[in-house]
Amino acid sequence: MELNFTPDEIMTIAASRALGNDDVCFVGIGAPSAACNVARLTHAPDIALIYESGTIGTAPDVLPLSIGDGELCDTAVTTVSVPEMFRYWLQGGHVSVGFLGAAQLDKFGNINTTVIGNYNNPSIRLPGGGGAPEIASSCGEIFITMKQSLRGMVEKIDFFTSFGHGDGGNAREKAGIKTKGPTLLITDLAIWKSDPETREFIVTSLHPGVTRDMVQKSCGWAVQFAGELEETPAPTELEITTLRDLQARTRAAHESAGA
Amino acid sequence: MAKFQTLKEAVAENLFDGDIAAFEGFTHLIPHAAAHEAIRQGRTDLTLVRMTPDVVYDQMIGMGMVRKLIFSYAGNPGVGLLRRLRDAVENSWPKGIEIEEHSHAAMANAYEAGAAGLPLAVFRGYKGVGLRDVNDNIREITCPFSGEVLAAVPSVRPDVSFIHAQKANRRGDVLIEGIIGIQKEAVLAAKRSVVTVEEIVDDFDDVHPNACILPRWAVTSICEIPGGAHPSYAHGYYIRDNAAYLEWDKIAADRDLFREWMQKNVIETGPSVFSERIALLKENK
Repeated sequence: MELNFTPDEIMTIAASRALGNDDVCFVGIGAPSAACNVARLTHAPDIALIYESGTIGTAPDVLPLSIGDGELCDTAVTTVSVPEMFRYWLQGGHVSVGFLGAAQLDKFGNINTTVIGNYNNPSIRLPGGGGAPEIASSCGEIFITMKQSLRGMVEKIDFFTSFGHGDGGNAREKAGIKTKGPTLLITDLAIWKSDPETREFIVTSLHPGVTRDMVQKSCGWAVQFAGELEETPAPTELEITTLRDLQARTRAAHESAGA
Repeated sequence: MAKFQTLKEAVAENLFDGDIAAFEGFTHLIPHAAAHEAIRQGRTDLTLVRMTPDVVYDQMIGMGMVRKLIFSYAGNPGVGLLRRLRDAVENSWPKGIEIEEHSHAAMANAYEAGAAGLPLAVFRGYKGVGLRDVNDNIREITCPFSGEVLAAVPSVRPDVSFIHAQKANRRGDVLIEGIIGIQKEAVLAAKRSVVTVEEIVDDFDDVHPNACILPRWAVTSICEIPGGAHPSYAHGYYIRDNAAYLEWDKIAADRDLFREWMQKNVIETGPSVFSERIALLKENK
């Protein structure tokens, strides 16, 4: 079967489809940013994108390199201070979706971006959580997007940077968290949904050309598949063109700016 | 009352060995020139505070000036990890460093509490999060009205805060525009503050009434250092030098290369080099 898109592209596009026009979305660093902006440039023109630098309702023409690029401020409805962002807008309950990436993820949507190995004597010191711990607990629900790998999708994460569903079931409730937490995971191979009872991520849709075996081989836990497995619709002409144009503009802008 | 000084004087009078110091800037207006002056003056045993320690903190850590780092996200923005920080944490080179790690929400609340003169910050956070197990300064407090259990952290109250801003007027008031980050809180939370600015203008008569302004009586020292935020950017003046951030990843990867670069580009230079570094990055005003 010949495909006219890459695994990265279908991941970004499938992730963008999860967002609605009325969403207020807190955009995490990295992969989520492309998906959120493709949503805004296709089916969700009025979506409010928020970056933790304080830019609210931003509409960047190119993807930012960091969460504090000037482009985000120039195109925002308003830019507020960082404490206002975290206190009023995030903690205040005004954000419907938090979109996060992950260095390490487990099947209950717990995320590690802090350390590989022991915290006090790590084999790799990662950047840390930034806004993620409270994005994960204060947004209405959490979407996660990441490329599948045995290193990234693991049975047990080394550190709980942000809390998903803990050890499953009603762990969030027990921890005193009232929001839904991770409900959706979009990888380069599949779409996963959180099981309403166990809270484990279940594969509900395979991207075109992907097999169950491919999903399992690049995932460190025993993968559960939904009884009725769907196929993710291939990108439309509009979706793929929008994404590629956005990436081309981004490359051109960052190359000319820094060179 | 704000005093106009050279950066050399401002650092000498306001930053001392053993201080708790913040060089703030949330990916924008990062006070590189001020930090480089601190490096040249050889300050040591510092406790550095910052939400997003990046290249300039990597440099101070690599130069062995830092005893403790209080932070919430340590990365080279858009590039990756901080290699000098990693070397200090993973291999104690050039020496070990104590870290107190928080989330952004905690740090933002802690600065705001410091600016408000409070001993602690209270917020809804850290639920289920691993940092609670490794940071003794993350505690819980019960709301006396609702009974809700909330997170508590000590406020941030630096001995001195350094920020970079677009403008000061001749009276000494300071104007910050664009992504304003945590700079106002960092200044108000600190005992002393040093502000480097792109330019000094006659007055702020044309400025919007709700603009972010620090009045002259809230600032200790002002230094005019055009380009002083390079390689970060100053909204309205110059754009980020993305190539410099990429280059840093290579320099910081090697201890000898790092020391050579610091010698040539920091130790043997002065604040005036910053205006040259932004020559090709200026925004069309």
